Parts: sequence; C-alpha cells; structure tokens
Amino acid sequence: MAMNDVVNGLGSLAAEQEKLAAFARSLATQAQAMTQSSGVEAGHSFFITGLTVFVLACFVGYYVVWRVTPALHSPLMAVTNAVSSVIIVGALLAAGPLEMTEAKLMGLGAVTLASINIFGGFIVTQRMLQMYKKKSDVKPERH
Amino acid sequence: MTSLVSLAYLVSGICFIMALRGLASPVTARQGNMFGIVGMTVAIITTLCLVEASSLWFIAIAVALGGAIGAVVARNIKMTALPQLVAAFHSLVGLAAVLVAGAAFTNPGAYGISTGDTIHISSLIEMGLGVAIGAITFSGSLVAFCKLQGLVSGKPLVFKFQHQLNLALGILVLLLVVWLILGQSPYAFWSIVAVTFLLGFLLILPIGGADMPVVISMLNSYSGWAAAATGFTLENPLLIITGALVGASGAILSYIMCKGMNRSIFNVILGGFGSEGGAGAAVAGLGDRSVKIGSAEDAGFILKNASTVVIVPGYGMAVAQAQHALREMADHLKKAGVQVRYAIHPVAGRMPGHMNVLLAEANVPYDEVMELEEINRDFGQTDVAFVIGANDVTNPAAKTDPSSPIFGMPILDVEKAKTVLFIKRSMATGYAGVENELFYRPNTMMLFGDAKKMCEEIVKALEA
Repeated sequence: MAMNDVVNGLGSLAAEQEKLAAFARSLATQAQAMTQSSGVEAGHSFFITGLTVFVLACFVGYYVVWRVTPALHSPLMAVTNAVSSVIIVGALLAAGPLEMTEAKLMGLGAVTLASINIFGGFIVTQRMLQMYKKKSDVKPERH
Repeated sequence: MTSLVSLAYLVSGICFIMALRGLASPVTARQGNMFGIVGMTVAIITTLCLVEASSLWFIAIAVALGGAIGAVVARNIKMTALPQLVAAFHSLVGLAAVLVAGAAFTNPGAYGISTGDTIHISSLIEMGLGVAIGAITFSGSLVAFCKLQGLVSGKPLVFKFQHQLNLALGILVLLLVVWLILGQSPYAFWSIVAVTFLLGFLLILPIGGADMPVVISMLNSYSGWAAAATGFTLENPLLIITGALVGASGAILSYIMCKGMNRSIFNVILGGFGSEGGAGAAVAGLGDRSVKIGSAEDAGFILKNASTVVIVPGYGMAVAQAQHALREMADHLKKAGVQVRYAIHPVAGRMPGHMNVLLAEANVPYDEVMELEEINRDFGQTDVAFVIGANDVTNPAAKTDPSSPIFGMPILDVEKAKTVLFIKRSMATGYAGVENELFYRPNTMMLFGDAKKMCEEIVKALEA
C-alpha cells in the first residue's frame, strides 16, 4: 500500500519534471528571442546618443540665451522661430524618394511650410535688427 | 558620405548657437543673424545631397513657393503686428512637425527607422510625442494668432470643467500613444493628431490678451521641443541640437515674463486672469475721488520746463501707433535741453521686447531705452514720468495692497517722479481689472485722448 503510494508519487514527480523541463526549454527559446531582439535594439541605441546631444544642447541654450539683452528679445523669438524650421531637413528626406506617395506629399507640404518660416523668420529678424541704432548713429532730424 | 553629412550638420548646429550668441548685443546681432542664415543654408544643401535628383524639381517648387510667401509677408508686416506674425510662424513649425512625423510614420523606410515595415518601438514613442507637441503648437499658436489679430476676443474664455476636460484629453493622448506603440496602428497615430489639435485650442483659449507675452514664449519653446522630438524620431542630431536651443530659449523667455508679472507659469497656463473685468474697481473707495485733467498745452509746458523726463510706453502706444509721434516729441524736448529716457517693463506689450522694437523702429537709439532694473532707482530724481498706454505696470498697489491681483509684481516706480503724466483714452482699468490709485494723486495729470493725437498736439504746443 505504502509502496504503491511511493511509486505513484514518483510517477507524478517524473511527469512534473517533464513539464518543468518543457517550460525551461520554452523559457530558453524566449530568452534567446529576447536577446536577439535586444541585439537589434542595441545596434539601434541612437536614443542614448540623442539624449546626450539633447541635454548638452539644452545647457548651451540656457547659457547663451541668458546673455541675450532684453532689448533684443523680440528678434530672439523671430530668429529662434526661423532656426527651428530646420525641421525642413526631415521634410526634405520625406520628399526625396522617387514614387509619389502620401509620405512624399506630406514631405512637400512640410517643405513649403518650413520655407515660409525660414525666409519669413530671417527677413523679419534682419528688418528688426537694422532698426536698432546707437545714439551716435542716429542723425537728429532738424525741424 | 554619412560622416560628411554629420560633419556638415555639426557646422550648421554651431552656426545656430552663434546666431543666438550674437544677440547678446545690438552691435553683434546682425552678424548673428547671418550665422543663422549660413547654418540653415548648409543644413538644406547637405540634405539635398541625399535626395533623389528627380525629386529636386518638386522640392525647388515647394521652397520657392514657401520662400516667396514668407519673404513677402516679412517685408510688408507692420512692426506693431509682430506678435501675431510670430504666433503664425510658430503654428507653421508645429504643422510642419506634424507632417514630418506623418511622413515618417507612413514611410519609415526613408529614414531607416524600421525593420521591414515594423517601426522600432523607441521611434514610435518619439513619434507619438513629437506629433503631439507639434499639433499642440500648431493649434495653440493659431488661437494666439487669432487673439492677437483681434479675430477672436482677447478676453479669456472660461467655461466649467475646463481643466478637468484638458486633463482627460491629456490622459487620452497618453493612452493613444500606448496603443500606437502596441499596434503601430494608423488609427492611433491620427487620433493622437486629432486629440492634440483640440487640446491646443482648449489650452490657449482661456488665456487673456495681456498674458500673451508668456503664451508666445511658451509656444516658441514648444516649437523647439517639437523639432527636438522630430530629431529623436528621425535620429538626426542637428534637429535635436536646434530644437533644444529653441526650446531652452522659449522656456527662459516664459520664465522672465512670468517673473515680470509675479505669477507662476501654472497660473498663466490655467488662464482666466483678468476675466472678472474690474471686480476690484471699487476697492478702497477710490470711486469718487477727482482726477486732475490736463490739455496738450499743459503737458507741453510741464515737459519743456523739466530737466529729466522718463517715458514709460505700454501696449496702448502700440495700438495707437504712437511711437513716431512720441519720438518727435522727445526730439523737441532734447533740443530744449531736456534729458529724455525710456523705461520698459519686461511684460509691456504683447511679446517679449515688443516696446524695444517699436521704439527702435521710430529711430529711438537703444542706449536711451532702459530696462526696469536699470532705471527704477532714477525715478526719484525725475521731473516728469510720461506714461503712454501703460497702466498696471505702474500701479503702486502691486507694492502696498496684498489683496490686489497684481500684488508682488515688479512695477516701474513712476509715483516717485515729481510729476506724472498719463495718456489714456479713459479712466478704464488695465488688463488686471484693478483701479490705479496713481490717477488720483495730486502730482498726477491725466491726458485723455488717443496716444498718437495727444503726442502730435504736444509737439504742436512745444513748437509754439
């Protein structure tokens, strides 16, 4: 009786072990798949580089912009606005491929919008800056 | 080839830094702008080298079209309309960011951010955030433009459960981004665009006209972050550098503007300021006190006999286009041996530095134009403070009355001058809806009328 129990117990243990082994195998294959995909991600770790560039550029921007004289805050807005249209780089790449796709149309649209900004922004900044004169440069108008 | 492109982008990024660096002084500023133009040219030409030759025609047409529109608008815009122009330009950057993200989503292969048709997860996250910021910048700037242009009332538009609605939409956007990451579904992508468009409208609608300096700076900052997010999506360091520069610049300007009003950025964003429309008007029983009203001749007499005059311009000067007449008046005074200077409050006007540009346009030399900290101590030794179209920024209640909505805001101490002349159209309160006690002081004289006409009449009185 007791012997029988032990044998049964051993049998179920063996079955359990088989299940576990199968589970371990599936885990192993999953892990392999994961390492493969993370390998793809690792070859694709632009994010960290990008973040480094981003944070450093924020610091540069912080120190440079604090030195801008308050009298020139309007030109600062206009020029940063022109400069942020550098997004045209992305638009040009979208407009680049040969076949006419939605992506290309959107790219061309973005190129147009960014061009308005680039030309408009730099010209209006130039116009503003040309108006700033020192006392010695302003010829008093005689009445 | 690719390393050459990267190097060219680096050059272009440095040029942009130099462009901002140049603005440290009006002497170097024009040179700075040239750096900006060079940087942009380098970036565009470099990118064109990566483009299929037969696409160049389309691109040339697009650039020519956009460039022509931009050039015509920028050449003809009046300097008083500058704030709305900048707002409109910001909206274009936002829309361009949306379109670029859309292009990257539908054709990821062109940017090398996908394996087959599957976009990398990191790119999807960046794309979702980028398109969201871009869309908010677009619709938010559009509202700001409409308010500044007067197409929509400048009054804050408040309704019930506004903040709850915005919060719900914000959470919805995050959920949609998660959906986008899980399934790369175009529905998720375009839903993000639609919801954030709406969110941009709702965020800026409740913000009133005189808070526009903060709003414009904030949207300036957003347009930068949108460019940076696009840079992350497209794995382009130049976009990241430039976006970060612009984002930082806008953030600093917002901070300076908020400090100029002694309000937190949250207080401004949540909006509704000044919507109570003169609720505090009757405070301290000022209602019945009489004011001294003067004519242009009186003002001319007082000004001519002063030895130091400080002019305090505000948004009212811009509205009346009075800067040229004002400068003419100042010329007359200078000829009579009066020392004339200008005092600019940081939040005067509708965008940072708005007054400085207008005065520069009227040929006022920039070394006569002072910032608040530079000139505030001198009001004690000033004979006449000439306030033209400004109100809240001179209100002593900001210092003395803790219950006032503008309490704690830095003000120009015009009250310390021997005589204060106020050009105003009426006794109406300023933006904050607060009565200005200064109007009732014995040494204050009110000059009622249009700022430009009043200046012209004073000139006539001075000539006589």
